[in-house]
Amino acid sequence: MIRILLALLLALAGTAHAEDVILPPDDFLASAFGGAPPPARTLWVTGELRESAQAILGHPPSSLRVRYWQDSGRSAWILEAIGKESPITAGFVVENGELREAEVLIYRESRGGEIRFPSFLRQFPGLRLDESGLSGHVDNISSATLSVNAMKKMAALALLLASRS
Amino acid sequence: MSKLAPLGIAAGLALSLTAQATPTVEELAEIVAAQQEQIDALQRNPSASRTHIGGYGELHVNFVKDADNAVDFHRFVLFFGHDFNSSLRFRSEFELEHSLAGDGAPGEVELEQAYIEYDLAPGRVVRGGLMLVPVGILNETHEPPTFYGVERNRVEARILPATWWEAGMAYAGTLAEAGLSYDLMVHSGLAVDPDSISIRSGRQKVAEATANDWAGTARIRYHGVPGLQLAASLQYQLDLSQAADDGVDDALLFTTHAIYNRGIFGVRALFAQWDINGDKAAETQRDRIGGWYIEPSVRPDPRWGLFVRYEALEQKRDAEETNTVAGVNFWLHEHVVIKADYTVRENPDDPEVKSVNLGLGYQF
Repeated sequence: MIRILLALLLALAGTAHAEDVILPPDDFLASAFGGAPPPARTLWVTGELRESAQAILGHPPSSLRVRYWQDSGRSAWILEAIGKESPITAGFVVENGELREAEVLIYRESRGGEIRFPSFLRQFPGLRLDESGLSGHVDNISSATLSVNAMKKMAALALLLASRS
Repeated sequence: MSKLAPLGIAAGLALSLTAQATPTVEELAEIVAAQQEQIDALQRNPSASRTHIGGYGELHVNFVKDADNAVDFHRFVLFFGHDFNSSLRFRSEFELEHSLAGDGAPGEVELEQAYIEYDLAPGRVVRGGLMLVPVGILNETHEPPTFYGVERNRVEARILPATWWEAGMAYAGTLAEAGLSYDLMVHSGLAVDPDSISIRSGRQKVAEATANDWAGTARIRYHGVPGLQLAASLQYQLDLSQAADDGVDDALLFTTHAIYNRGIFGVRALFAQWDINGDKAAETQRDRIGGWYIEPSVRPDPRWGLFVRYEALEQKRDAEETNTVAGVNFWLHEHVVIKADYTVRENPDDPEVKSVNLGLGYQF
């Protein structure tokens, strides 16, 4: 038993330190705009837009400003939301009021990392924002419910913000 | 740039504005932007965001036919976590069961999780400390809004036995393209009484626990289809009683489950079985202990859902207990739930038990 623990500790000691960056934000933006992302713009989340964002998130947005990237009717949004304890960073591409892509960029929660799986993320493209929220059903991952909820809220927020950009 | 620099800019602008009668729109916008930058910097303040608190709890009321009714604040749980840096974190779960703990009191104060987690690489972590064992559905995810029924199902409570935590080291990872996640854990073991061979009573809860014989658990889960989870765990215990020559030797636990949610419909099913070696285990007909359940559900609206569940378990050969449960969950909020169900329990040794159960649960 002690030998097993020592082997595990030695393996850990020899491992490089690494944050759980699944897709670097710069790579996401490059992919969203064919390798040449446009300069960042700023959207002020105030007034009625802030109220709508609060309705989606269930709490006031953490910032009055959101950076985004837009070119030829296509916009990219990098947002953060807390699943259970820590912020999840996700990227969304919106075009003509419709989600084109959803990616988990940085995952910091202890459990629920299955939201990075392509089988989950491919439920987002094609969704729009309607009066009740996202226009289609996103099936849950039962061991990652809070992370799934965070992704759904961020997707709806990206669609809302894109409609005002 | 210093975090205070925006304040300096704002102050400077404000001073210059006092000299002018009316600020221009551009000047006001610059002040607001500088103030916002300061707000953003404060919100990013690591000391303010690195420590997390969460929790869950559930109050139960049980109306039992031909027996005393009961009311119980069954679980009051607090989570404490701290991020030392972006790759190293602490997580814990502290629980008060049955509202009152102490000599002669019905409840217990329990440390159910306290571990350090380190990111080895994207999708791969190692953990050390006191952790939940990676088996079954409810053992790791048991916050009341995440499952149907006031009481947890008896198969996972008695056979796995949830909630089950041990001390050890774990390695977990994902293979995203394949839709797979896996867990390996080397950990302390159960210490069952060789006379009763009760799995649930064998939990030592890492409280001055006997650790002569350790155990290992491996789990694999598949999430390759939206809404689907298939999982299987295998656990080997070197000696289930932690004592040699007492008729209870090594043991193997196999458990598998499926969860499928599609639109408003969902179903959960689980199977778990212990194979226990040793003369005494065979003589007392407790060499094979196991059970299964199936739970279809429908959630026509995010605010409520209906379910039925059928459970069958044997804690001794040819002594099958069954539970049939039907009920409803009302979600007042995604994290607050009211539950009601009707349960019928049958087993060969006791009279049939019928109960109506109500529950109020939350998480944050």
